[in-house]
Amino acid sequence: SHVERKADIKRNINKVLIANRGEIACRVMRTAKKLGIQTVAVYSDADKHAMHVEMADKAYHIGPSPTALSYLNAEKILEVAKRSKSQAIHPGYGFLSENVEFCERCANEGVIFVGPPTSAIRDMGIKSTSKAIMANAGVPIVKGYHGEGQSFDRLLSEAKRIGFPLMIKAVRGGGGKGMRIAMTEAEFETQLESAKRESLKSFGDDNMLLEQYITDPRHVEVQVFADMHGNAVHLFERDCSVQRRHQKIIEEAPAPGLSEETRRSLGEAAVRAAKAVGYVGAGTVEFILHRQTHEFHFMEMNTRLQVEHPITEMITGTDLVEWQLRIASGEPLPFTQEEILRKGHAVECRIYAEEPRAGFLPRAGTLHRLTQPVAEENVRIETGVRQGQEVSVHYDPMIAKLVVWGQDRNEALAKTRRKLSEYQVAGLETNVNFLLRLSGANAFVSGDVHTAFIPQHEAELFPESDLELTEEKAVQAALGYIIKSQLESSPNDTWKGISVTPTSWRSNYQLQKKINLKFGEKDVRVAVKFEAAPNSYSVSVNDGQWLSAEAFLTSQNGLRLITKVNDKTSNVGFLTYDREIHVYDENGQTVLHLPVPKYESKVGAGDSLSSDSASSPTPGVLEKILVTAGDKVVKSQPLFVVIAMKMEYVVRSPRDGVISTVADLKQGDAVGKGAVVVSLQEELSQ
Amino acid sequence: LLRGIRRLRNQNRQYHGATVIGSEPNKNDPYYQENKARMDELVEELRQKTNVAVKGGPDEAIKRHTARGKLLVRDRINRLVDEGSDVLELSTLAADGLYKGQVPSAGIVTAIGKVQGRDCLIVANDATVKAGTYFPITVKKHLRAQAIAQECRLPCIYLVDSGGAHLPDQADVFPDREHFGRIFYNQANMSADGIPQISVVMGSCTAGGAYIPSMSDESIIIKEQGTIFLAGPPLVKAATGETVSSEDLGGADLHCRQSGVTDHYALDDEHSLYLARNVVANLNWNNDQKARIYPTNVDEPIHDIDDLHGIVGANIQRPFDIREVIARVVDGSRFHEFKQLYGETLVCGFASIYGHPIGVIGNNGVLQSEAALKGSHFIQLCAARKIPLLFLQNITGFMVGREAEAGGIAKNGAKMVTAVSCFKGPKITVLVGGSFGAGNYGMCGRAYSPSFLYMWPNARISVMGGPQAATVLSLVSKDKAERSGKVWTEEDDRKVRAPLENQFEMEGKPYFSTARIWDDGILAPRDTRKVIGLSLSAALNAPFKESKFGVFRM
Repeated sequence: SHVERKADIKRNINKVLIANRGEIACRVMRTAKKLGIQTVAVYSDADKHAMHVEMADKAYHIGPSPTALSYLNAEKILEVAKRSKSQAIHPGYGFLSENVEFCERCANEGVIFVGPPTSAIRDMGIKSTSKAIMANAGVPIVKGYHGEGQSFDRLLSEAKRIGFPLMIKAVRGGGGKGMRIAMTEAEFETQLESAKRESLKSFGDDNMLLEQYITDPRHVEVQVFADMHGNAVHLFERDCSVQRRHQKIIEEAPAPGLSEETRRSLGEAAVRAAKAVGYVGAGTVEFILHRQTHEFHFMEMNTRLQVEHPITEMITGTDLVEWQLRIASGEPLPFTQEEILRKGHAVECRIYAEEPRAGFLPRAGTLHRLTQPVAEENVRIETGVRQGQEVSVHYDPMIAKLVVWGQDRNEALAKTRRKLSEYQVAGLETNVNFLLRLSGANAFVSGDVHTAFIPQHEAELFPESDLELTEEKAVQAALGYIIKSQLESSPNDTWKGISVTPTSWRSNYQLQKKINLKFGEKDVRVAVKFEAAPNSYSVSVNDGQWLSAEAFLTSQNGLRLITKVNDKTSNVGFLTYDREIHVYDENGQTVLHLPVPKYESKVGAGDSLSSDSASSPTPGVLEKILVTAGDKVVKSQPLFVVIAMKMEYVVRSPRDGVISTVADLKQGDAVGKGAVVVSLQEELSQ
Repeated sequence: LLRGIRRLRNQNRQYHGATVIGSEPNKNDPYYQENKARMDELVEELRQKTNVAVKGGPDEAIKRHTARGKLLVRDRINRLVDEGSDVLELSTLAADGLYKGQVPSAGIVTAIGKVQGRDCLIVANDATVKAGTYFPITVKKHLRAQAIAQECRLPCIYLVDSGGAHLPDQADVFPDREHFGRIFYNQANMSADGIPQISVVMGSCTAGGAYIPSMSDESIIIKEQGTIFLAGPPLVKAATGETVSSEDLGGADLHCRQSGVTDHYALDDEHSLYLARNVVANLNWNNDQKARIYPTNVDEPIHDIDDLHGIVGANIQRPFDIREVIARVVDGSRFHEFKQLYGETLVCGFASIYGHPIGVIGNNGVLQSEAALKGSHFIQLCAARKIPLLFLQNITGFMVGREAEAGGIAKNGAKMVTAVSCFKGPKITVLVGGSFGAGNYGMCGRAYSPSFLYMWPNARISVMGGPQAATVLSLVSKDKAERSGKVWTEEDDRKVRAPLENQFEMEGKPYFSTARIWDDGILAPRDTRKVIGLSLSAALNAPFKESKFGVFRM
């Protein structure tokens, strides 16, 4: 019975080390805690205050921030496992999760590796080997050549046999490295050479395999599970077709638009694949699926828990980490294939710190403000960071995963968009706006997904209109800023006077304020008149007509700003950080900037003195002048040296600039206190 | 059943130890509509006059001022105060009709606003008005602001941008006790009394003006804009032959680096105001006060304050129930009336304004002996209980006539004057109608040092009503004429009456008063609650002073 199984686990694994960080480490710990298993975290310098460290029962420092010295340091991790008396190591995904040597060492040291046997990892790690095994097991594979013969002629003749377009891939390749596409026979030679060069450089080997190239296919993968007793099941498929930089950003389960027949064959093929390699634990078999024919071919198998596993959990009502731990401790699979049922539809969005409009370049820095949607039934927020923490350059810039379940796909997508719009992030740019566009794009909603989705729908996903600011947004930004500043302006101390609610009231006239904002490079001038009725304003944007507006702020998982502009009421998220003003609505984030006051840009913090000249701090004797007129200088660059009372004073430039004049002085000349020796050119006014 | 409902309603109306007062006016009543139309006009006139005044000096002067990157005086104040802070500007229409109308707001803006959450008194020169020079009324306005600061214990922030005394008026500006010199006297004494004095030198501070920053506890000066010197370059040239630029003679670099006259170096207006806010943040001001508990949620009056236009109107002869005014000013329209059935021409009672208790004294007719006795009693009650007072004046005077004199109206009126004079807590007076004769005194007119005194645009103030004064003069003149054997014709009578009536009408108007700073400003009826609240808030910065009453003639 269920109770007995639980007792088994306690006997086998009562402490697990999680050799990972971020959301997945937290995710694993949650289930471990639920099962009564103690948790041990490891962390690098950068993660000293990370969420996974605080969540764990025990945490061990394993080294500096770079992954090679910490989360990839197998030696150190095993040492911690011993020291902490952990019986098992859960590797999460990435890092050491598919590392054959690590898996082997765990086995040798008598530590349970929560994952498949070494042989399965090894077999699946080499593409040509895995394809051969799959072909033998009757799993459909892409037409191709995985032979030993690597002569040009041999490869060319194989290419002709397979047909074009054709994919040339490094045998040891991965992550898109050493991979080229030859659209026609004419291109074949150059593309082959290029692939070989890159492969040799990246993997020290230039053996190639050839595969039929399917234009814009879908990426569909099947979650499988196998136990040590020879049982294997699948938990249906996921569609992860829409990718950028060859990485997933949105996944769903089940894959849209498949017939039950296709779905069943996919599952069966995946189970055959797992059995063929004697698989144990959680694995994912990836297929490429033809958009029109729904024909599918084995691509590869990931021998670990995937990032997107929660959507499978959502549609099957399972806890896959729990399954992993049970199986690792020797239990049989908890369900038979027939018992595993599928219900509804789940979508996962990966919230990344990145800049979609700049080719999805990753970003790193501090999450100065972070408000996430509130988790609720059928909505999971998988995260490993909090407000104030860093998205480090050393690791994956994923901030969170938003996992949403709905009765059907439309409901799941609608809920996903609503939850996405509740994200409020300042300090780093994120892909939330992009995800909102993507999940609402017509082709996406109709289920027409494929791997070239983003380039194909670029115009819709990056609309020009996003670069324009609506009048309503300008009004919201300005009024939100005014109200928030008003709330913040009274210091929180004992003296408050009597509570006359401040309303920017003026005696017999109306206060009018001008607020100059920036939206990108564009100036946004907002004039605000404070009307007599509470929360009422007249607002004009860029000297346009006066709009009547009402506004007030409420606090509810971050700030909400409710505005009524010319009779249209909106409820938007609002935050200010530093000189940024953020407005959040159904299309995501809009950021405006308050310009830096001239005085702040002219003087450094805490230095309110003249920034246009450098003078002697003391009466003394000039030792030397280090610059001449016309020199370009940077802030803090030494300008001249004065000697007084046996002390040497080096006077430095107050700011970056150009030297305009240098006093006509020579070494040994006396200088008075405050005597200007070097002047800088006036800065151009901003 | 009906009785039950009535009882229930009465229960609902009796809470917080006070009764809800006031009634819903009949808005279709022709009197109401006429009143409203006239008061609307008066308020509109007030807004228009104010809009002209707050524009400042002539267009060329404004252009010259802003072209140099300087902010206009009220924009400076807006930057100085906290975002959202109300600004209680005092005597905006000072100098209205004086000096050929060329000195709007007397060339100086005085206001109370919150800086870093603290009530501060701000005195700011308007350099677009005659270069910010001091006319006699400018000096009066500056001194009045300082008097408020001194009494309410408000930190003073001087935004200085002034050419000093207006030389043609020097005789009325320079020498007397309440002239220019008094500004520095006040600064020294307030500083001694621990009331912070802060200056921001945003333009010139020449001669006497140089003492404003020099006498301050902490001062800020703007680079290549602010100057401080006892004598400007021309006078220096005349006196010593030395040729020197303004900047070298008294600019920011000189005063921050060498002379030490100023403490903080600012790059522009915005920077200087930012620094001034920092100075206030570091005053450690009022931190020694015990936390006072005020309710944060106060009930607004249940009656619409805009009804006052229709209830009061502009005709000073048309009576109205002062309770209708009280009902639209105090929290929840709740009023615990004192001695309701005795001396009923004076309404006294307890209420609260923005959660702070206040004693209200309002006129409902001429003051008789009983009313004066009741008023005196009530003022003593408030003194004993440390409750501030609000006077709502609509008073023709004390009762006259043989019967009244025989009843001792003089000594009873004197009791009320004594009580008002000796009450040392905060007193706020609003002239909501007439303010004539000794009634003005008994009801805490300007001479009785109310913390603040305001007028509604319909109010009138004079020693007696114009017609009464004309009648007095007519009778005296007729008497004199008849004694010298002349015939007193109706034509003679008209000739005597008309100029006096006109004079009284003109001099009794709120604009005549406010131009001369007999009050702290004219306010629209709908702003009354807000203004009383802000005034009370300012006044409560000072500890509630003990009152010691003089001898009451019994």
